[in-house]
Amino acid sequence: MRMKDKILEQVTENYYDILKELGNIGAGNAMTALSQMLQCKVDMKVPQVRLLEFSEVGDLVGGEEQVMVAVFLGVEGDVTGSMMFMLKEQSARHLIRKITAGMLPEGTEFEEMGLSAMQEVGNIITGAYLNSLSTMTSLTIFPSPPALTIDMAGAILSVPAIQFGIYGDKILLIQSQFYDEVELDGYFILIPDLESYEKILAALGIQ
Amino acid sequence: MSEIIKVGIADLKTCVSPDGVMTLGLGSCVGIAIRDPMTKIGGLVHIMLPDSKAISVGQHNLAKFADTGIEELVRQMERMGARRIRMVAKIAGGATMFSFQGGGSSSVGQVGDRNAEAARAKLKELKIPILAQDTGANYGRTVVFYPETGAYHIRAVGKPEKII
Repeated sequence: MRMKDKILEQVTENYYDILKELGNIGAGNAMTALSQMLQCKVDMKVPQVRLLEFSEVGDLVGGEEQVMVAVFLGVEGDVTGSMMFMLKEQSARHLIRKITAGMLPEGTEFEEMGLSAMQEVGNIITGAYLNSLSTMTSLTIFPSPPALTIDMAGAILSVPAIQFGIYGDKILLIQSQFYDEVELDGYFILIPDLESYEKILAALGIQ
Repeated sequence: MSEIIKVGIADLKTCVSPDGVMTLGLGSCVGIAIRDPMTKIGGLVHIMLPDSKAISVGQHNLAKFADTGIEELVRQMERMGARRIRMVAKIAGGATMFSFQGGGSSSVGQVGDRNAEAARAKLKELKIPILAQDTGANYGRTVVFYPETGAYHIRAVGKPEKII
């Protein structure tokens, strides 16, 4: 068995709770940042950490053709790799309306302003998430500016799937549901390089 | 009643007319559709990575890679009675979904282009002509292939359906 597979297997067997906690704190931090930005309370369910077969991921997010907004960024420092945050299109629209305080008409297209607002949300959410990971592990983590896209879930997920695919046939996904007035479904996917996986686990004292 | 058979990510399926094959939301992956116009046997492989040889041992899923995926699809079609000499192909996908794509040592920037290029190279090696292709750009594609006519339908968000 190859290393990454082994590490991912161990993740399922032994470190599930730790990763869940990591996801929980990371997502919690991200939500706090979001609620500050929106200046209202944002509640959150306990995030679900799942190790999924590629074929299962599409179903989880509501089908491969579900239109989603995703931000994707690189991670440098002690931990290298990349990270993605994605939201259903309807949820993103709701967030954008809140942030732009109704200045954005309820059109069918994302206006340029909506997109830059979404980019900012992505920046804040992923930044807060990585910050808490950095604090917990005492590892330096520098995010690169995120790139944004709106497309079918399957197409978006092909990017992390390919990165995981170099090592195995599974993908590690953290699903966090949060809500202000409406329910928003957000998904975090952290894609550390092989060496970074080990570093994170070691820094958490579990290797 | 004809049926449309769904192909997952890193997966392949064959069919016989009037059935068709489809795959949803191709991003940087490539969907290679092949048919034998005489027997109307067709198939689709949804590959994720260009080259099985570039990756260390222990990869068992042939459909994951352009080289092994196309070989396996051709093999399965031949077993059903299709002939390689008559086979023709169409390819779609291989997008670059984000302007920035991947960081760190496992960078997979331009993997969409490399996937499409690897598919073209493998088909050339097997002497299967490519009749049409819709690859690259920055958006996802859902594809449906009908071996009856060879029509390859391509859908994308906010764009009219295209048939190649």
